[in-house]
Amino acid sequence: MNISVSRRGFLKGSAAGATALFVGVNAKGVLAAGSSLAANTDLNPFVKIDADGVVTVIIKHFEMGQGTTTGLTTLVAEEIDANWDSVKTDFAPADDVRYKNLFFGAQGTGGSTSIANSFVQYREAGAAARDLLVRAAAQSWGVDASTISVENGIISSGSNSGHFGEFVAIAATLEAVEKPTIKTPDQFKLIGNEKLHRKDNHGKTTGTAIFAMDVNLPGMIYAAIMHSPKFGGTVVSFDDSAAKDVGGFIAAQVLPNKAGVVAFGKNTWSAFQARDALSVEWDFSVAETRSTDALIAAHQALLDEKPEFEIGHEITTENVAPLIDGASKTIEADFTFPYLAHASMESLNCTIEPTDFGVRVHDGCQFPTITRPTVAAILGLKPEQVEIKTLYAGGSFGRRANPTADYNAEAAMAFAVSGKKVPVKLVWSREDDMKGGYYRAMSAHRAKIGLDADGKIVGWDHRLAIKSIMKGTSFEGMMVRDGVDATSVEGVSESLYAIPNQAIGLTDFHNPVPVLWWRSVGHTHTAYAMETLMDMVAAESGQDPIELRLAMLDAAQPNQARMIEAIKHVREISGWKEGDKRGFACHFSFNTCVAVVADVSVDDTSVHVNKLFMAVECGVAVNPDVIRAQMEGGAGYGLTAILRNQITLTDGEVDQYNFPDYELLRNPEMPEVEVAIVPSNGAPTGVGEPGLPPTGPAVANAIFAQTGKRILDLPMTKAGFDFV
Amino acid sequence: MQYQLKINGESRTVDVEPGTPLLWVLRDELELTGTKFGCGVAYCGACTVHVDGYPTRSCQTFVEDAVDSEITTIEGATDKVAKAVQAAWQEKDVVQCGWCQSGQIMSAIGLLTENPNPTDEEIKDYMYGNACRCVTYVRINEAIKLASEKLEA
Repeated sequence: MNISVSRRGFLKGSAAGATALFVGVNAKGVLAAGSSLAANTDLNPFVKIDADGVVTVIIKHFEMGQGTTTGLTTLVAEEIDANWDSVKTDFAPADDVRYKNLFFGAQGTGGSTSIANSFVQYREAGAAARDLLVRAAAQSWGVDASTISVENGIISSGSNSGHFGEFVAIAATLEAVEKPTIKTPDQFKLIGNEKLHRKDNHGKTTGTAIFAMDVNLPGMIYAAIMHSPKFGGTVVSFDDSAAKDVGGFIAAQVLPNKAGVVAFGKNTWSAFQARDALSVEWDFSVAETRSTDALIAAHQALLDEKPEFEIGHEITTENVAPLIDGASKTIEADFTFPYLAHASMESLNCTIEPTDFGVRVHDGCQFPTITRPTVAAILGLKPEQVEIKTLYAGGSFGRRANPTADYNAEAAMAFAVSGKKVPVKLVWSREDDMKGGYYRAMSAHRAKIGLDADGKIVGWDHRLAIKSIMKGTSFEGMMVRDGVDATSVEGVSESLYAIPNQAIGLTDFHNPVPVLWWRSVGHTHTAYAMETLMDMVAAESGQDPIELRLAMLDAAQPNQARMIEAIKHVREISGWKEGDKRGFACHFSFNTCVAVVADVSVDDTSVHVNKLFMAVECGVAVNPDVIRAQMEGGAGYGLTAILRNQITLTDGEVDQYNFPDYELLRNPEMPEVEVAIVPSNGAPTGVGEPGLPPTGPAVANAIFAQTGKRILDLPMTKAGFDFV
Repeated sequence: MQYQLKINGESRTVDVEPGTPLLWVLRDELELTGTKFGCGVAYCGACTVHVDGYPTRSCQTFVEDAVDSEITTIEGATDKVAKAVQAAWQEKDVVQCGWCQSGQIMSAIGLLTENPNPTDEEIKDYMYGNACRCVTYVRINEAIKLASEKLEA
């Protein structure tokens, strides 16, 4: 039988001996159903219905708080007409083919795609399951299927009625339809329903939800790693004589890649203490040894040169120059953006356990497609010998989706040098997490905009210097075109505005500091630059900021029409008026349009954000309350970054060590948020990230409206502002 | 070294080094993993438990200092106030990633036990020490208000 061990274990555990109906896709991507593994070696289910009637939705995306367990469950439960409160969820095992993200072609979560790529797939699985149950009930009662109705998990026809479980045995013998009929929006009961509660609600309010760091296994030992204090440093030698005085210390070993020294202990605390007691000699010959000021200057110096890449090719920075030089007015702005840490509340961790067939990885696993072969290669196993047990992730914001699977790889190396006999739990301390790299990249933008006598844009020269996230990774083939990493310039290059004569130049920065996507990726900086510049154009040309945007959007273009709707909604809920002293910004990212009005009080240099009005156009709103929560969260996550967060380096070493010097937004600092969801029946688009990009510039534009000060170097504390 | 602790109304014996934070005793030795590790320096509140009824950072409470106290973790938070807070949290769909929420809830129980009818400002001030990276504060504050109303009713 040609099936992976992990899937066998998974299905066996799920079926628990009793008959159950599974509906999912086979290796060809075709919907299929079955009752047991023997009959369906080929099937990985999206939904399982047990003989007792319990419906379990198998979630192919991990849950970091963005609401996938609720969202994907809604899609299945809608079509199967299940009772919402009794539906359960379980995370899918690793399977690159059957559980792939349909947008990535690989199993992984990111880019605000979970609902968007699953929207039809999970509904079809639910609809196929419903169809099987209905036909089974018809057979069982000897009635015509057309007389049967399904509501809240109960199937009925005339005086006959029963719960799903009563029909699974027969249903599992029937052939699933390949293309079931799914509901039209007017038939939705759960999609768009305001009253559905989150599926992870109970476990996360009672302390019973299990996250990766909560795994406790018999005989498990704990690992902590001493990393190089400078990025790119390697171990020359180490001395663990002081660690030997730490109670609970087991042993210390150099990692096979020489990137650090691992200390093992009998619990997390002893591993931390032993690690801290290690004395390590490092080789910094290829490490980053510069400080932040020098790194910023190095980015800006790249903007003085001819750009390495021109995006679009039609207008270059060279031939737009005379248009801008001949303009009536010019606007010039230099922006700088710092490194940022993701700083999820659950620091990175991973547990690896030996099994009969290989290993089991316990992880809040965002990219099983990468984690599985990475761990396998380090341990000399085949990918099929690596089972991934996905658990709740205490945040990620992109950090757990890593092309190098860095912390999974570290856990595998620690497990390898431990002797592979007992489970090993690697835990990063907060300091490890803060200093561990894979930051939002530092970047610099320089823009020069020419306006004619009527205030119309005649030319726009926009240059960026930033380190590529994608180059040198397995994503390069997909995300880099003509040398341009799309994530370096997204948000400028794909702006919805009809900007005449816009040239975009990019120069890659190179250094050993590892960079990564961070909630909303390139839009974290491009939206701030673009929307600040648009506000500058409005101010220079004496136009209302909202009217200017509306004038530069074409209602005949679908996404621009969606943005116009979002802008009009936010104008309405905020009561925006000409001459308003609040700030406006809008941005298109992850196929979603968000417009924001920020109400801010400024007392000299003290700023308080009072209220944010947000309007979002994200297609059909599957879970409206989750969408609102993501807008609130995205806005708050972005706010703390633009206000005061930065990772800085002194001689190559990260200055920040923990939350006291990388201060998260606190409860009293969070503004009130009012969210309008633009009604739509379009295909659903992203919501986890799009709330972030326009929030920062809306606040910056509000500060300008009140003080006349433009803040171009982030965080804003560099301009002397503080937040109260 | 052996220590006897009173946790969630039960007597538990653990064998750990002196100076081990209560947090790691709970999580690694007693498998009470509802209490979370956030920062280790008493700055984020994720590890909040009740020691003799008061919200306390377990990452900076050493095991030897906890032996004579009544310790309550999220797993043992079952009194009337705790139930009201958890129900309100569920009603308002507060959680996102959830990692900080045990600590938020233990602090909220502390607040409402001390002050059953807090003002908006009192809620914000009291909850200042519990950081949430998903930024669920709007809902945390609404849930505390709701729990307060239900308890007063």
